[in-house]
Amino acid sequence: MEKKSEIVLHGIAASPGIVLGKAYIFTKHVPRIEEKSIPADNIEIELSRLDHAQKRSQKELEKILQLTEEKVGNQKAKIFEAQIMILSDAVLFDSIKKRIQKELKNAEWIVHKEISKYQQLMLKSPDEYMRERAHDVEDVKNRLIRNIQQDLLISRFEKKSVVISEMLTPADTVLFSRNDVLAYATDMGGTTSHAALLSRSLKIPSVVGLKTITKQVQQGDWVLVDGYAGTIIVNPTRETILRCNKRKREHRQFEARLELIRDLSAQTTDGKEVRLSGNIEFSQEFRFISQQGAHGIGLYRTEGIFLRSETYPSEQMQYNEYKTIVERAKPYKVVMRTLDIGGDKVLAENYSEDNPFLGWRGIRILLDKPELFLTQLRAMLRASAHGEVWIMLPMISGIKEIRRSKEMIEQVKQELRGKNIPFDENVKIGVMIEVPSAAVIASDIAQEVDFLSIGTNDLIQYLIAVDRGNDTVSSLYQEFHPAVIKTIHHIIKAGHLHNKPVSMCGEMAGDPTATLLLLGLGLDEFSVAPIVLPEIKKIIRSVSFKETEEIAQRVLEMKTEEDISEFLRVNLHAMVPELLLE
Amino acid sequence: MIEQEVTIKNRAGLHTRPAAALVKTAAKFQSEFYIIKDGFEINGKSIIGVMTLAAEQGSTLQLRFEGVDEEAAAKEVIGLFERGFDEV
Repeated sequence: MEKKSEIVLHGIAASPGIVLGKAYIFTKHVPRIEEKSIPADNIEIELSRLDHAQKRSQKELEKILQLTEEKVGNQKAKIFEAQIMILSDAVLFDSIKKRIQKELKNAEWIVHKEISKYQQLMLKSPDEYMRERAHDVEDVKNRLIRNIQQDLLISRFEKKSVVISEMLTPADTVLFSRNDVLAYATDMGGTTSHAALLSRSLKIPSVVGLKTITKQVQQGDWVLVDGYAGTIIVNPTRETILRCNKRKREHRQFEARLELIRDLSAQTTDGKEVRLSGNIEFSQEFRFISQQGAHGIGLYRTEGIFLRSETYPSEQMQYNEYKTIVERAKPYKVVMRTLDIGGDKVLAENYSEDNPFLGWRGIRILLDKPELFLTQLRAMLRASAHGEVWIMLPMISGIKEIRRSKEMIEQVKQELRGKNIPFDENVKIGVMIEVPSAAVIASDIAQEVDFLSIGTNDLIQYLIAVDRGNDTVSSLYQEFHPAVIKTIHHIIKAGHLHNKPVSMCGEMAGDPTATLLLLGLGLDEFSVAPIVLPEIKKIIRSVSFKETEEIAQRVLEMKTEEDISEFLRVNLHAMVPELLLE
Repeated sequence: MIEQEVTIKNRAGLHTRPAAALVKTAAKFQSEFYIIKDGFEINGKSIIGVMTLAAEQGSTLQLRFEGVDEEAAAKEVIGLFERGFDEV
């Protein structure tokens, strides 16, 4: 037999852990439906097949619902609500039964015809929410048909496999976890997808965003999943396996040591304390983030609540969610970013732009749609009565946007005062610095607001004019481009000139290679993905501020990305030798 | 037979929760209950049908009740619409 060669695939680390196992390629089951005529004598049989399938589907969904509730709470379980309701729609099942009797066709064919009718109508809707519901209907239909045909969903799934799929739904993630799945690896997805969140709470290593893994792996191939580095090694050699086993042991030991510093502050050896907080999108992530020892939330993305619910969530719904987060974060603060999405997500009709990154997004939408903005501000201010809330404005490109936003915040405050609704009068207002124009005038901005937060992901893209999602140019996306570092330096100085704290909430804040530099540049707060938080704390606690200042000075004089990144790696390794660099 | 026009008042429109409340209320009565929107008629006791309507805030629907308890059914169902399904 020909020996298969080793392939390394890079994706995004979504849930930590290293594991070796056989690949199980999970392809979404699309049932084959054939039209068959049935003799009148067999009507009863067809009806009982349907009945059986309906009951079975209901049981399956209830099980998923229950599992989800146990693992992640009620809110998340709502994903399955609509499907369960459709399965008990008496009118729908009556008409399916009548058609079977009248047309004398097999049950799956009629189910397909009848449910597809609704699906077509939903897909035609201009409303994005409705089109999404069509997917729910599709899921129910496929589940029913599969159960009529009595196929088992994961019958071929061998326990203790690595599940490889284009995409996983939350239901898939929960279901496989019952079968001792070893790890997940998917073509699509990001760290904030529902499936990624679930795999973290289920403690199943996972790597997402691998783009082509389903095409590069075959059923039963050995795969090594590295949920720390975000890589998958297909057909690993003996040497690779040994090396990974060693890393796995090291990670375990390292994690045990990190556990010891979990409740300690992020303080350098010479006593400079910085704040180390977490980025979150859903209240369910809280358990993980506090386990990781975060001191508050440096970036709460409110998009989650908007994207998962139908149209715009009401003020009350937003308030409930914000309040939960604020209360859980106590005694620490929560930096809430107002809605930061592109125009395509806001308009019901198909909205598209030639250049969405330079288009209608973030604060631009909020100022154009005051009702949307005011509702969110009201919910945030009301939540501020329950803990420390800082409000952060995204995509600011000039002073006018800040002043207009502040007027609107004042308007909401007036309204709340008039109605005697409690809120924190001293809520801090700050902006994300992610547009180069805002970076240039950071000093003017600092005089208008209470804090600055550097959003490196967009800032780097805009500064270098490179879309990192575009494979042809993505190598130009460089965190350590000298212009990026000089810009960050400039923003921090501008904030400090006016005694305003400066934080960073982009990915760079969570990159261990950047920690020494950012510390040395004087960054006040690192807001990072919970997964890397203990590591960043370890670095901060291992070095002196004085040393990092020297490092930053040296870096500011360097001319190329390569020099900087090499210099930072070497120094990090020397100063924190126990760190496991990928 | 009772026919009446209603307007969707709540902001989110006839999404999953109000749709479920509507179907549940209608199911309490024997009377047939139909909703007509843009010339399209669906059975108001069917959740998949109501979901398909995609009725957004501000849209008008024609309701039709037919049966022995049509008055009571109409009263309760129309009440739901008038209260905006108890949402804002």
